[in-house]
Amino acid sequence: MVTSGMAEPAAPASLPARLARAARPWVFPLALLGLLEAWARTAGRSSDALAPPTLALRSFGTLVAEGGLFGPTAFTLGSAALGLALAVLAALPLGTLLGLSRRVGAAAFLTVEALRPVPSVALIPLAMLVFGFGVRMEVGVIAFATFWPMLVLAQAAARQVEPQLLEVSAALQLTPAARFAKVVLPAMVPRLFVALRLGVAIALVVAVTVEIAANPHGMGYAMMIAQQSLDPATMLAWLFWIGVVGWLVNAATLALQQRVARRMGEAPAVGGGA
Amino acid sequence: MAGAHEGRVAMNEHLRPREAAASVALLVAVLALWWAASHGGWVSRVFLPTPEATWSSLVEGLAGEWLGFAASTVQRMVLGFGLAAAAGVLIGVAIGSSTTLREWIGPTLEFMRPLPASAVLPLAISLFGLSAGMVLAVVAFGAMWPVLLATLHGLASVHERLREVARSLELSRTAFVLRIGLPHALPDILAGLRLALTVSLIVSVVGEMIASQSGLGQAVLLAARSFRASELFAGIILLGALGFASNALLALAERRLLRWQRR
Repeated sequence: MVTSGMAEPAAPASLPARLARAARPWVFPLALLGLLEAWARTAGRSSDALAPPTLALRSFGTLVAEGGLFGPTAFTLGSAALGLALAVLAALPLGTLLGLSRRVGAAAFLTVEALRPVPSVALIPLAMLVFGFGVRMEVGVIAFATFWPMLVLAQAAARQVEPQLLEVSAALQLTPAARFAKVVLPAMVPRLFVALRLGVAIALVVAVTVEIAANPHGMGYAMMIAQQSLDPATMLAWLFWIGVVGWLVNAATLALQQRVARRMGEAPAVGGGA
Repeated sequence: MAGAHEGRVAMNEHLRPREAAASVALLVAVLALWWAASHGGWVSRVFLPTPEATWSSLVEGLAGEWLGFAASTVQRMVLGFGLAAAAGVLIGVAIGSSTTLREWIGPTLEFMRPLPASAVLPLAISLFGLSAGMVLAVVAFGAMWPVLLATLHGLASVHERLREVARSLELSRTAFVLRIGLPHALPDILAGLRLALTVSLIVSVVGEMIASQSGLGQAVLLAARSFRASELFAGIILLGALGFASNALLALAERRLLRWQRR
């Protein structure tokens, strides 16, 4: 969906006008940060809860310089990637099967609908009990959380494969494996990348949530510890960094999805509004 | 949005009697597998209680204090969701109905979209302490974003023709929002609300775990810490039922509200 309201007139703008336009998105956040800075340096000087953004920036610099940023970031991103990979490995073949065969899809309907609404965070205590703290519990919760949307979206993708393609592959008497690899999977790819983008977003959110709620590793825990040791500058630095990482990962997956959609021709309508 | 898409896939299922029977049979088979795995000792009972033990924990719990836990989780979730819906639509309309505000503030809001709602928890704890109000604030804040951004998107994508019509009818901004903007944004807003509902359940549960507020989140955490697996499973089942019921209610409301669209 194109946001027609945002459309700009195509008239060539002068350089200052273009610069002003490029600066516009930054004005509002910078004004907010300026207000916070002013408050934290005057009325809120003795606050344990908030720190001036400049101090948070300095804490961020210290984290970068001392290398404290890398470990937790790698842990969180690694767990998210591993959990999502496990979910995709399980959900892709199963979802394709459910989507291609109406009978199998109908048979699985109740079981999927019974398990899917379980909130992923409800499994944090169970994962703690089974795996203890560490990478395995986090990966387990992420895999559960991303498995269901991946399954349902893979099912939808398989269901929307052109029936003519399936007829052709039947006429060619392809084996089921060849039919999957040569016909079904390529036809599903654009939609699968839309699903993947959603999965990446969910995986990252769940990873940070698990770290904040229980697991003593990663970016979420680093932020929690900064809060508990009454170091609001470091806490805000981590909050900022989590926001940046989320934004970067999201932008990267969006670019990937759009590139795949262009390459494969068809752009599914699902991606536009999300 | 993804939530709406998933819902649509599920809603399109119209099972024939034989398919419904197969569906029930598979669910029963899964339960039987659970029974066999726990009784046969394939998986340690510490992790996997028997279905009977889980059932009796569920019944006992609901007769005891778990009904109260469930009620406080539902209350937190519904209150947070309501606040989020109201704030999201109001702020969304305030920003979205003005092209200028949209261009100046919109990018900042888009930047906040991928930020996990739970990442605000530490900040909220240091601002408000470990209180019920803090959890509610984070639930409302986290669940507000999908609604706000959906409202913004819905208003921004009103077709230029409709804007011209509104101008030539000399509609005031309020009238434009009420008669054209919001009806046009309604499908987007409903998709946002669906996502907000999921977020509010998740953040409620996490908030209860961290801030030790009474509710199902705290109950499942305590059950796991004291190795009472059957209670843990009963709690997970209750939370699943909560997720299912809230989604079903919203899907029903959605079908009602969007009935005009299908004509």
